[in-house]
Amino acid sequence: MLRINCPHCGERDYTEFRYGADASKRRPAHGSGDLSLWHDYVYLFDNPKGPHREYWQHVLGCRQWLMLERDTATNLTGAAVLARDADR
Amino acid sequence: MASRYSALALARHALSGAPWPRAWRAAKPQPAYDAVIIGGGGHGLATAYYLAANHGMRRVAVIERGYIGSGNVGRNTTLVRSNYQMPGNTQFFEHSLKLWEGLSHTLNYNVMLSQRGQIVLAHGPSQLDVLARKGNIMRLNGIDAELLERGDVMRMLPYLDYSPECRFPIYGGLLQRRAGTVRHDAVAWGYARAASELGVDIIENCEVTGFVMQQGRAGGVETTLGRILAPRTGISVAGHSSRVAALAGLKLPVESHLLQAFVTESIKPFVDHVISFGAELFYISQSDKGGLVFGGHIDGFNSYTQRGQFPKVQTVAECAVALIPSISRLRLLRHWAGIQDMTPDGSPFIGRTPVPGLYLNGGWCYQGFKATPAAGWCFAHTIAHDDEHPLVRHLCLDRFERGHAYDEYGLGPWTYRQ
Ligand SMILES: Cc1cc2nc3c(=O)[nH]c(=O)nc-3n(C[C@H](O)[C@H](O)[C@H](O)COP(=O)(O)OP(=O)(O)OC[C@H]3O[C@@H](n4cnc5c(N)ncnc54)[C@H](O)[C@@H]3O)c2cc1C
Ligand SMILES: [Zn+2]
Repeated sequence: MLRINCPHCGERDYTEFRYGADASKRRPAHGSGDLSLWHDYVYLFDNPKGPHREYWQHVLGCRQWLMLERDTATNLTGAAVLARDADR
Repeated sequence: MASRYSALALARHALSGAPWPRAWRAAKPQPAYDAVIIGGGGHGLATAYYLAANHGMRRVAVIERGYIGSGNVGRNTTLVRSNYQMPGNTQFFEHSLKLWEGLSHTLNYNVMLSQRGQIVLAHGPSQLDVLARKGNIMRLNGIDAELLERGDVMRMLPYLDYSPECRFPIYGGLLQRRAGTVRHDAVAWGYARAASELGVDIIENCEVTGFVMQQGRAGGVETTLGRILAPRTGISVAGHSSRVAALAGLKLPVESHLLQAFVTESIKPFVDHVISFGAELFYISQSDKGGLVFGGHIDGFNSYTQRGQFPKVQTVAECAVALIPSISRLRLLRHWAGIQDMTPDGSPFIGRTPVPGLYLNGGWCYQGFKATPAAGWCFAHTIAHDDEHPLVRHLCLDRFERGHAYDEYGLGPWTYRQ
């Protein structure tokens, strides 16, 4: 079972969380008219086999959005930090 | 050259006791080919077979990292059907089903197609309306479809839960009689044997680690067994599509997710059809050995571990018991996971890439097994003609840029919700 260490609630089963998205993606600025930027943001994925940074929301806990480091080849997780504090 | 399989050959071997010869040649890589296909799954082997059989290309190699059949072609739940509703998909999957119907003869290999019929259930009047619409679209395209009322379903599937307190009451369903199952391993072995007989080299335990780039063109591949040159290279690596494409500098609209499948202990013949639950993504059939084979949704976050998460076992078992309460005490014999190449609209890609000489077949999500013959057929055409086969024009890699997402279920641009 994948376990996520929430900075508020401690280590919990991943089923308490909702997966968000790849956290390495940068949302283009609002009003940015360059559609190719939006295309890349919405549709393209690095999809690495290895370290991955991603958002999870602790929906059945503190409801905060977290940023988690996880290795997609092993599912070993690293630190989870509050997404708003995350140094992306 | 392998001898033809027939009833006579079977009797001869039974009497003589001589071992059967290898079904396909163990090949060493040549320095150059006319075409190289990366990935010895069902799609890669089918592509190589059709390159040789339909397009007369005999200097073709399939490069497989492990052994053939070790990927999703040997891990899926073996369902084949053609009940799609968007123009393009409808015709493509029907072409595939027609190829399945003749495949054992084409390949001289019994792929054990069993057209036992698939029933998709409706659990409310509006869901039945949706199925009626889908059935009408299929019939307008000359594909068989029958709308079932509750009474019909009760007669055909008497063991489902029809009790008044049932959480998801059954209102009816849509039946495609020509749908069914195929022995998945036999598909890999049958295509491999037939391709090998036509001169295709099937090279196992050889991983592609890079591309040979010649003035912006893909001119071959670097592998763990050395460099192999080819003016045309096709990528057909399912869950590893992003990884192999990245070796050519391409970033794909693909994310890799795990899908699990489950088999129970063997029981006497019980589930005669393929049944799809309408309240959740869940489908069940019974294998020839007697085990109930079923699967559900992907795990929900990207992963290459090929090892599923436990909570999914519970969700899928809940679906099984909600649909067929009498199987609640059956034990699960095995469960496993495969790495699925998920796309933002649930549809795959077959076509050219921005790199000349490099072609992509991938992003098959849940539907790649039933697509195997047609995907191989159309991908071979695309490679041989350097132009997409008419049946797969809508599955081009740049469709999102052009605003032509192809979302059969209308779920939006989320790989993990498809
Ligand atoms: C549990 C499960 C159930 C499914 N059920 C169904 C179903 O009922 N019906 C249906 O239609 N579809 C189903 N699918 C989907 C279907 O199995 C796949 O879409 C399809 O098999 C993918 O094509 P393939 O057979 O060529 O893939 P694979 O068999 O995975 O072939 C890809 C091959 O590429 C090789 N490879 C990867 N990287 C490299 C490299 N660098 N160099 C060389 N080789 C490489 C891999 O080793 C692998 O053998 C299911 C999938 C799963 C996981
Ligand atoms: Zn929390």
